[in-house]
Amino acid sequence: MATADTPLLELRGVSKAFGAVQALYRVDFEVRRGEVMALVGDNGAGKSTLVKSVVGIYPFDEGEVLYDGVSVNVHGPRDAAKLGIEVVYQDLALADNLDVVANMFLGRERARVRFVLDESSMERSARETLDSLSVTTLKSVRQTVAGLSGGQRQAVAVAKSVMWDSRLVILDEPTAALGVAQTRQVLDLVKRLAERDLGVVIVTHNLHDVFEVADRITVLRLGQRVALLERAKTTQQEVVEAITAGTLDHVPGMLEEESAEA
Amino acid sequence: MSDRPGDADTTADPTAARVEPVAADALADDVSAASFGGYVRLWWQGIRAGELGSLPIIVGLLVIAVVFGILDDTFLTERNFTNLLLQMSAIATIAIGVVFVLLIGEIDLSVAFVSAVGGVVMTLLLRPEDPGWSWWAAILVALVCTTAIGFVQALVITKAGVPSFVVTLAGLLIWSGVVLILTTQASSVGTIRIQDETAVGIANDFLSSTAGWVVAALVVIGYALSELQNARTRRASGLYAKPIVVTVLQTVGLAAVTFAAVWYVNKDRGVPKVTVILLALLVFWSFIASRTRFGRHVYAVGGNAEASRRAGIDVDRVRIAVFMISGFMAGVGGIMLASRLRSVATNSGGGNLLLLVIASAVIGGTSLFGGVGRVVSALLGALVIASIQNGMDLLGLASGTKFVITGLVLLAAVLVDAYAKRRRAARGVV
Repeated sequence: MATADTPLLELRGVSKAFGAVQALYRVDFEVRRGEVMALVGDNGAGKSTLVKSVVGIYPFDEGEVLYDGVSVNVHGPRDAAKLGIEVVYQDLALADNLDVVANMFLGRERARVRFVLDESSMERSARETLDSLSVTTLKSVRQTVAGLSGGQRQAVAVAKSVMWDSRLVILDEPTAALGVAQTRQVLDLVKRLAERDLGVVIVTHNLHDVFEVADRITVLRLGQRVALLERAKTTQQEVVEAITAGTLDHVPGMLEEESAEA
Repeated sequence: MSDRPGDADTTADPTAARVEPVAADALADDVSAASFGGYVRLWWQGIRAGELGSLPIIVGLLVIAVVFGILDDTFLTERNFTNLLLQMSAIATIAIGVVFVLLIGEIDLSVAFVSAVGGVVMTLLLRPEDPGWSWWAAILVALVCTTAIGFVQALVITKAGVPSFVVTLAGLLIWSGVVLILTTQASSVGTIRIQDETAVGIANDFLSSTAGWVVAALVVIGYALSELQNARTRRASGLYAKPIVVTVLQTVGLAAVTFAAVWYVNKDRGVPKVTVILLALLVFWSFIASRTRFGRHVYAVGGNAEASRRAGIDVDRVRIAVFMISGFMAGVGGIMLASRLRSVATNSGGGNLLLLVIASAVIGGTSLFGGVGRVVSALLGALVIASIQNGMDLLGLASGTKFVITGLVLLAAVLVDAYAKRRRAARGVV
């Protein structure tokens, strides 16, 4: 079934509409193992919808999702997690009042005798994961997340996502709120994920980040894929043009009768 | 996790790591916390950075003891100390439930009257011949009722999405009405005596001196064993553990306080049974909150409900369970109150009970915004509240004055907390 060339995740002609708004229209998308795929586009291009639909928060209206070459139906974040798909959301989804270990195991706490937390084992694994990702700026894994810097929080969120034998990590705007040095750290982390042979999707506005880490770039515009570029063979100029003026196969609104005059 | 070949980033090979602590110069604080000097240094750093823990309350209790001790000769007597324990227990018990509710960032304004429902149901079921139930059945049914009340209120809160403030405010009115209806129907004077020795004994009986010492010993040994066990599993899995010296000092400190308290109350009537019940509940709920998956989820929901939902936690189920805990603990507290007064009346659950209970939880250090606080804060807060009430009663202060002073103490507690929070924020620890 799955050969070395089979993309880890492949979307074929997926669409999603919210009422009259066509958020995604027949989009193709793929990411391979060990590859960083950037997903770029202007506000409202459909990036977030795509991510949320991949993990089953919204079902696609049409199209096919292939994971490892096999058609799958994902009905929610739990299903996605079972497949090894993890999303690191923009707002990080960390609980400020809990410590680093508790956050990394949130919702998947390890327990002895049914329900009593196995703190030692969780702390150990958390440290090993952080170590393996060379996250070296934490003073304690028992400090609350509230006390961490933006970069540290992002690192914890990323580390959390790779703890679960995940194979595909989707990062939603991972550097949006970060300073220069912290952005650097997070981008290094992203590269390390790909070196581990994980598939990585990085959703971003920031073209600098894209050219820093991405292997390939998918450009969305008004819910359609307008370009699929290889970083080595493209320029920022080209990507910007695709984002702002990429050719659409289908004029938005044409599906709706009332906008026939548009 | 990745154990694929060629993964240069994973540090040591896993077999070696099993014995040796993870080489982590990054986690400097975790390392230094393992030595005595380092532990103390970090603790002091924490205090200075505004992580005050229970320190302000302990200082507060000392101040209260000194002030009322000077103002009134009887305040520090063994008799009054025992009374204090009796008065505090019901408030602390109900406050434990409130702490859980506050931890998920909600509020339960109905607890006082729900507690009264518990007391009234028990009392009615204990009336001889009518229906003349045995004490345990009456208590069981009373607790089932109050837990069910918590469940129903939580259903409205979670399924209809109405804020808990409003739902439990409605609950406050409804259950105060129910208490009135039940008590006036059952008795023309509006007071019903409890006619069962065991039920009355809950808050009026005392342990023998020997039993008191045994309880104290169990508390201390239990604490020491759980700490040692904890340290052992941590060392066994190669983690840095709290230095043994610290554990010993903490155990000695706990032993000193516990044995002194038992010695003192034994000079009077002995350890009140109700205090033992409170301690057992405290240990049980502390364990649930800090050591179980459910407890972790309670904190997570209070800290970031959306993150919890995305992490696959059934947020509504946690909320419902917490309101059921609140109803259950209110019921237990209501039974204690009824037992102490040997009766229930039309005014059960009224007065300032609700305010004292919520003030206890907050004074104990539980945040109203969710996610921060410990179960033991219910006990500490109730101790503060009850000793102030007790002291002011001894001084014979007017009702109005008592309210003003209680309010000022609550305000002071919240201000200390706010100051500590600012201090933490200033140091980037938030």
